Amino acid sequence: MRIACPHCGPRGLEEFAYHGDATVRRPADGGAAPTKEWTDYVYFRDNANGPHQELWYHSAGCHAWLVVTRNLATHEILQVKSARDAA
Amino acid sequence: MKYSALTVLKQALTGHKGWQPAWRDATPAPNYDVVIIGGGGHGLATAYYLAKNHNVGRIAVVEKGWLGNGNIGRNTTIVRSNYLLPGNLPFYELSMKLWEGLEQDINYNAMVSQRGVFNIFHSDVQRDAYARRGNAMRLHGVDSELLDLPTLKRKIPYLDYENARFPIQGALLQKRGGTVRHDAVAWGYARAASRLGVDIIQNCEVTGIRQENGKAIGIETTRGYIGTKKLGLAVAGASSLVAAMAGLRLPIESHVLQAFVTEGLKPLIDNVITFGAGHFYISQSDKGGLVFGGDLDGYNSYAARGNLPTIEDVCEGGMALMPMIGRTRLLRHWGGIMDMTMDGSPIIDKTPVENLYLNAGWCYGGFKATPASGYCFAHLLARDEPHDVAAAYRLDRFAEGKLIDEKGVGAQPNLH
Repeated sequence: MRIACPHCGPRGLEEFAYHGDATVRRPADGGAAPTKEWTDYVYFRDNANGPHQELWYHSAGCHAWLVVTRNLATHEILQVKSARDAA
Repeated sequence: MKYSALTVLKQALTGHKGWQPAWRDATPAPNYDVVIIGGGGHGLATAYYLAKNHNVGRIAVVEKGWLGNGNIGRNTTIVRSNYLLPGNLPFYELSMKLWEGLEQDINYNAMVSQRGVFNIFHSDVQRDAYARRGNAMRLHGVDSELLDLPTLKRKIPYLDYENARFPIQGALLQKRGGTVRHDAVAWGYARAASRLGVDIIQNCEVTGIRQENGKAIGIETTRGYIGTKKLGLAVAGASSLVAAMAGLRLPIESHVLQAFVTEGLKPLIDNVITFGAGHFYISQSDKGGLVFGGDLDGYNSYAARGNLPTIEDVCEGGMALMPMIGRTRLLRHWGGIMDMTMDGSPIIDKTPVENLYLNAGWCYGGFKATPASGYCFAHLLARDEPHDVAAAYRLDRFAEGKLIDEKGVGAQPNLH
């Protein structure tokens, strides 16, 4: 698997660290009380097959956070964006 | 047909013409009392213990491919019960006890080999942690021995004891741990269940779960609708996908774990050894191949294959522990899809959908758990209450904060 970093070009997987689903959002409240939203955010996952938007950190490269769309059934990388642009 | 030395002799004298298929390849009936989705180790074990221990009527196991094509045939065949936490230890010890009596129970040679599991430690801190684990095991009646360096050197002379970076200080040994021929577990449970009247339906993919008033009443499959009073999911690797058919969202991510086997060698490693300074575990199969594995690849995946950086990492772990394997060649490697839960422990529980029961989230540890998982899931399906040793594996433990975080590093799907 190679990820085309928008800053550095295509680089091997070993340069990147994975951070999971890029579509989940932290609940707006501070989390003082345990709520279903917090439980869902921390523990529960859609975990569907097919295209998956996920965060990767170019830790051994330019240190950019990327939003990568990758097909979980084939590992094919469909799109790479800077997380700043994707947000 | 019961297997015995006498049967083998009789068949030998008659040209081996009388052997019969090990299980009936059933066609689906319109209705069952219990349907289990997933013809892997856990599903088949569940069906067997349901039929053997509980009077629940007609039982079917529905499998989308063929028996043993999933994780039951994609693991490193290690069995052990060297756990630490009270929620885990009695469960895995029940599993170990069931392994010990399995072959007689199901009348099938699963090549259960209690060759001993050595967890190597490399620092004072790790020695303390392993001593604590060993003591917890003994308090629960599980065998464990803390080996000092001279004893370990005598038992396993070929480790790299001169390694400056990862000095070996000793090992925690569970003598009763070992390996089991994984395919034979699936085949043996299938045969034993089939002999007790369980319908094993292969090449039958579930495409939907039919509900009525919040109750599961049956499944849509590629071979038609099958009605059932109770429905059990035992589809680790695809749990989220099948549970989504019933509208459920699980605390699970699917990750790929790779395993490896080398070319066949003369007998060399006569036990199971794990590296404590990295993640590497190894044993030798009866055919002579070294079977080993390491970490997850570390990203979500449903593709049953991994990538090269992890292969390199695993092999580096092996080289740091036993450099003698450096010149053996890899014969093959493969990947399995793991249900990684957020605390590293499994789920055996009812679900919010009535009559729908869940057996999922086995992380790395599914194979060794096969007998107890089936035993406890059958108990839950038949009696609607959890078996004592599996009572902690609740689906609501994440909301309740009652995590069983054996590794103690919080909510992330990289645990086992």
